Amino acid sequence: MNLTQFFSQHSSEILQATLEHVWLVGATMLLAVAIGVPLGIVVARKPWLSKPILGSANVAETIPSLALLGFLLPLPWLGDRADRLTITALTLYALLPIIRNTAAGIAGVDPAVREAARGMGMTSRQILFQVELPLSISTILAGVRVATVLTIGIATIAAAVGAGGLGEFIFRGLAMVNNQLILAGAIPAAILALGADAVLSVMERTLRPAR
Amino acid sequence: MSGLTTSALNAEAIIEFRGAGYRLPDGQQLLSNISFIVQRGETLVLLGRSGAGKTTALRLINRLVDPTEGEVLIEGRRTLDWDAVALRRHVGYVIQETGLFPHYTVEKNIALVPRLAGWPDLQIRTRVQDLLGLVGLDPQVFLKRYPHELSGGQRQRVGVARALAVNPPILLMDEPFGALDPLTRAEIRAEFQELQRQLQKTIVMVTHDTSEALLLGSRIALMEAGDLKGIYSPREFLHSNEPVAAAYSEQLRKLEDFERRQ
Repeated sequence: MNLTQFFSQHSSEILQATLEHVWLVGATMLLAVAIGVPLGIVVARKPWLSKPILGSANVAETIPSLALLGFLLPLPWLGDRADRLTITALTLYALLPIIRNTAAGIAGVDPAVREAARGMGMTSRQILFQVELPLSISTILAGVRVATVLTIGIATIAAAVGAGGLGEFIFRGLAMVNNQLILAGAIPAAILALGADAVLSVMERTLRPAR
Repeated sequence: MSGLTTSALNAEAIIEFRGAGYRLPDGQQLLSNISFIVQRGETLVLLGRSGAGKTTALRLINRLVDPTEGEVLIEGRRTLDWDAVALRRHVGYVIQETGLFPHYTVEKNIALVPRLAGWPDLQIRTRVQDLLGLVGLDPQVFLKRYPHELSGGQRQRVGVARALAVNPPILLMDEPFGALDPLTRAEIRAEFQELQRQLQKTIVMVTHDTSEALLLGSRIALMEAGDLKGIYSPREFLHSNEPVAAAYSEQLRKLEDFERRQ
């Protein structure tokens, strides 16, 4: 049986796994942006907090993903459901690029623009939402793009704790020494990653302020 | 209390520095013990070399920094007693790099302060058109342009229009013409003189260009290493014996001699 036949025979399972995968990644990214962007703003505005925040995010990044899932498993609420556990672990990985790019984007705003904004009587909040964030949006999106691609890859590990997703095929294929099964997980994951990268790149370019 | 008596005694003093100084948190003294008065409607030029404290003095006026010694009074009230945001909307601010928002059109840039002040849309639109006309830019052509689509001189004109938007009585200008080529600079200076004649704003302008100071200033405050060396009318300045002032006018004279010999 060749690969094409295999894919068409198992298309509904593959689709199912892909949707699970997209759910895990989507939920992770929403959470990571909701946490990472505010943290990035804090890093840019409060230099004394930048070391502890970036340091913690860096440490999270260095923990091997399987080990991280293992660490989180015994925790009371998190360990109850596999997807909860997975999304938490994935979010920890996705944070660093988002925090770092948000901080870099804000730090990269022309000081003359910020000086003028203050001089015009804009409040600190107005400067953030009307000047700093709009001007750093493409840098922030670049961070989101890197984090998304990273997350799509790491999310395949989720199958190890039973959260489903495309990793199911990969783990099964590894156990059964079946390359077609492995590819049934790996190819859709690669396509997802390329697709996310392309879409976010386009957004990045359209939203970049002209200069 | 003291604010009231000051304004009663000195009705025309719109800005007053009283022994004002500014020291950075690391102890570096940028400005020390400066006292002077700016009269309503005059153009005071702060002249001095880079690092003389001119910009710091300017930033004390709109509370971008607060004095670490002494005080600054705007319309008889200490800047510390003003709400910083309210004060800044009361004082127009033009800087050398213009600081136009790159993601805003010319229209939105100029409309910024009126919008923050909550003006109705229609009034803002009319005001923006009037201002563009005032600084010599055709609204039809420029309203929808972005700052990167403008020349340096056009950008600086938009910067002036933006600063004038809510018609503030005071205008601060930090080397407003410094980044322009000499011909454009001369052009805009002349237009600016005309504008000032029409509007009668109180202006404090920072420059390190002697001829600009003499041309635009009703008085010249000479600064050096954080100190105020003296305040002169353009005529007094040219004949002053104060060594720094003399050095500046000496430079000018050399230039004139050179022209005469041609």
